[in-house]
Formats: sequence, C-alpha cells, structure tokens
Amino acid sequence: MPIQGEYMGMMLTIDDVDQENREFFRHCAEGTFHLQKGKESGLLRYPPTTACPWTRDREYDWVPVEGKGAVHSYAEVHHPIQPAFREKVPYMVLVVDLDTQLGQPTEHEALRVAGNLLTADGEFVPPETIKSVGIGTRVRMVFTEVTEGFALPHWTIDEDAEQPENPWRYPQE
Amino acid sequence: MALQSDTEASTPKFLRGKYAICGVGETTYRRGSQESTRNLATWAINNALEDAGMTADDVDGMLDYSGNDSVFAPQVANDLGIRLNFYMDVHGGGSSTEALIGIAIGVIEAGMCKTVAIYRAMNGYSQVRIGGTGARSAVPIVGDQIHHRGYGWQSAGQMFAPTFLRHMYDYGTTPEQVAHVKVAHSKHASNNPKAYYKTRYTVEDVVNSRIICKPLHLLDCCVETDNATCIIVASIDRARDCKNAPAVIQSVAGRVCKPRGDIHLHYQHGPISTVAGHYAKDIIFPNAGVGPEDIDITGSYDAFTFTTMLQLEDYGFCEKGEGGDYVSSGAIELGGRRPNNTSGGHLCEGYTHGMNMVIENTRQLRGEVDDSCPVGPDGKKQHTYDYSEGGCRQVKGVEMSANLGWAHPGTGSAMIMAKDAR
Repeated sequence: MPIQGEYMGMMLTIDDVDQENREFFRHCAEGTFHLQKGKESGLLRYPPTTACPWTRDREYDWVPVEGKGAVHSYAEVHHPIQPAFREKVPYMVLVVDLDTQLGQPTEHEALRVAGNLLTADGEFVPPETIKSVGIGTRVRMVFTEVTEGFALPHWTIDEDAEQPENPWRYPQE
Repeated sequence: MALQSDTEASTPKFLRGKYAICGVGETTYRRGSQESTRNLATWAINNALEDAGMTADDVDGMLDYSGNDSVFAPQVANDLGIRLNFYMDVHGGGSSTEALIGIAIGVIEAGMCKTVAIYRAMNGYSQVRIGGTGARSAVPIVGDQIHHRGYGWQSAGQMFAPTFLRHMYDYGTTPEQVAHVKVAHSKHASNNPKAYYKTRYTVEDVVNSRIICKPLHLLDCCVETDNATCIIVASIDRARDCKNAPAVIQSVAGRVCKPRGDIHLHYQHGPISTVAGHYAKDIIFPNAGVGPEDIDITGSYDAFTFTTMLQLEDYGFCEKGEGGDYVSSGAIELGGRRPNNTSGGHLCEGYTHGMNMVIENTRQLRGEVDDSCPVGPDGKKQHTYDYSEGGCRQVKGVEMSANLGWAHPGTGSAMIMAKDAR
C-alpha cells in the first residue's frame, strides 16, 4: 500500500516500491534524521538514491546523522504556487550545509538538506524572524508529521549555537 | 576514486560546418490563443517550410519536445501531408532546442532521414502555465518530488533562487546589475514588431517591481505566452538550395550536466554559483574551433535575468564572478560589443523553451531580421542600424553566433553557428 497523507493542502504519496523514500521519511517520523551510507565508500548521501555516486555501490546502511548545520543559500517566497502556502508568505526554503561531511569528498561538496524555516514547534515563522536569517545562520532540524510513519524534515534557528553577527541577506529589503 | 567532474568532454569534430538551419518559422506570440497546440504546430511548421522554400515532400524527419502540454509529431505530420522516415517526441523544456538540433544532425548522418523539422508548440499561458500555477500545481506529488514540493519549493524561480542568491553572496553581484538584462532585452523587443512586450524598461522599473521570490522581481521573470516555433535542419548542401541563406552549424552541446545532479537540481556539488555552461563550453568552443572572443551575438536562455548573467559568465564571455559587470556594461545591448537576445527573448518577445533565440540568431546571420526597417527594391530589408525605439535591430556584420540553452542551473545546451562563407 502506498503511504499517503495530506500536508499543506497537498496530497503527498510514497509508492510501496519506493523503498528509499519510505525509509527516509519513516526515520523522520521517528524523530531521528537518517541518511544512506555507502558500504564501500563510507560516504553519506542526500536526497535518497539507489547507488553511491562515488563508487556505484548499491549496498548501503541507514545511519543516524546529526541534524545541525548552517544556511548555504535560500529561497524567500513572496508569490506562492500552492494555495495553502498563500497564508504563509513570505516563507523560506533553506538549503543547509550539514556539519557532517562538510567539504567531503571534494572541497565544494556538502550534504545540503532542504526544508522550510519553522519555529521550534514546527510552525511557519513570522516575517520578523525571516529577516534575521540568511547565509551562515546556524539551524537545527525539526520534523512535521504528514501521516503515521511519514514526516518531513525542516529547519529552525539553533538557539544554543553561536550565530554570525550579520548573516548574509538579499540586499534589497 | 574517479569523480564525475573529471569526465572528458572532447568529442569528434568532423561535423563542423556540414549541417545548417535552412528554415525558421513561428506563430504570433499571444496570451489566450484559443487554438490547440496541434493547430499552432502546423502553423509554425508551414511558416518554416515557406521560409526554406520547401514543400511537405522535402521534410522526412520530425522532432519535438514538451512536458505533457503539446502534440505528437505523427499527428502534425499527417495533418500536413508529411510522410516521415524518422520522428521522436522528447520530454523536456529548456535545453531541448540545441540538443534536438544535435540529434537531427545525428539521424541525418546515420542515413535515417534527410531533413528534420523541429517544433515546440505550447499554450504556455492559456493551458499549461509555465510559471507553475494552474494545471502544473494540481498534479499529484509522488516520491522524490516530496523533497521540494513539500516545502512549497516548486516553480523554476523558486528552485533556482538559491543559485542566484549564492552568486550575489560569492561575488557581490547586485540586483541593479542583473536588472540590466531586462533593460537590454526590452530595448531589443521594442524594435521587434512581433514581440509580446514592446515596452522599454529601466533598471528602476525592474528593482521596484514586486518581489516574486528573492532575488526575483516580477520584471526579472519571463513572460508566459501561447505560441509554436519551428527550425528546419538539413545538410549544408541541401540548405544551400533553400530560399534563404543557411546558418551553418559549427558545434552543438546537448543537455550537458553538472556532476551529482538530483531532484533539487545541483545543490550537493558546489560551487552552486557555477552552472552547467562551465562544462558545455568545453564542448562547443573546441568543436567549433573558436573562442568566446570570436562570437558576435549571443542568444542566452532568459527564463530570468539571472539565467542570462550566469550563462554568459560560465561560457567565458567574461571572467568568472564578473557576470554582473558584463551584463550592466552595455556589451549585451544592440550597439554594444556582443548583443544578447536581439529579439527580446523570453523576457519580452515570448516564451518558447529556447526556440526563439535560435530563430533570431539564424535571421541575424542572414542579415535579415524582421524589424521595422524599409524594404528595398530587391525585396530585402534596408537596415538603418539606428537602434532607437521602434527602429532597427539588425547587428552589423554578424559572422558567428552562440546560443546558450538552459534547463536549470545543473543542465544546459549550446550551439555555435556561422554565416555561410560561400
């Protein structure tokens, strides 16, 4: 049976043959972020795939990964596409460099994990919070449930981390 | 271990100058066509056949591309009485034009057919809106798509935005610099009677228009239109028998990818302020035997002002990181060193998934762009080279052009064409 749930007015479906995405989102539902780790390379990868991009190895383990990092870049949406996002604008999509495996196996590579900027409670943040977040902001992962066994990873400001004085923001505010 | 970025890019070079674009045509650029994509396709193909001086019997190959929003080749060919020896309906949008021209050369070279008509028919405003609203937002969200659409991260502008912002962060590129792309293309469109938007815009107009998704203002984004476009490819010998001068193909690159692409485009493998043109340039320039300095005009995919800036930079028309300076220097405007998108492109003329920039460069190489200049006794345009509003848009002495196609930051296509030396 496919796993299916409504989230932000959208029907999200994971087919039963899609083992990679089923596992990825199941771990999120259990509250611990997991990624695939190639058996040969020992390297993590994101988003889920069917083989290691460095060794072609199809064998892997799901391993827990710390959901902490810094904003690499972002999108700040003022004109949404999906109707349910209209009442959330402006909202941010963050592309976050995980601390784990940063700069490996080559200098400019990182596990860059996407998610919305949410409050620690999993709500969309108010505009004044958005104005405090930019490239370099330290964030930690939070999860929002779609349905049983299926949650999405998101980001919230890491209150315990030392934050950059002026994270880079688009200059025209 | 070998990394994907080490892939060797060189390819055989013996097809340089052996194939050409011998006919181009389009419908009008409109919003609300009230016509099927099938009707638009036959209209554009007929115009291209007319332009080439060909009949239905002269075409025996057909290629088209779409994203479930068009009509398949056999239907169009049957409508027009064309008997096909080859056809293929390809999935895809931007980056298809140059790639399909390359495929056309390949199938002709393989002896599968002799002449290929390539078309793109779309009601990009009134049926399947290219911006992503309407039908495109209503499709089910399955599997991999959850990783972006689940975050309200869906339209091209939303997906590309982190690339654009990171370029500003890495190199200090400013909104005002990039706005010059719209300024230039709108200037060109004002001299193009068939352009959908003919109004000239200023930098202030662009940066004061409303934000769609930072860093994109409304006027940084292209237009959504209903139209079809067609390009006919044949061997240079056949092309020389056609009504108009051939645009001779020197090299093609098709859907060249950055390493480690995924559903999020290219964010795992940085620098994310570098786009696929960085790799495609190593195919098109060596294969054509020229460099960026030899190119007189460019046609870059302007889904957004930023896509033009990024491509011109990564293809080497300026130093890496200096794209903002280059597009705001006047170089890309009519009268400048290397005008870009002289028809107004996707930002102003109409949205065609890359076709209209190739059509325009074909006409530029012929010296016969369809501006408002008077027609002389020989039936040809008497170009004034006065680029003031409503005037000429022919570039003087065009010998070589480059087209830079774009699917997204991680995938691109390109082509170099030359004026026929004969």
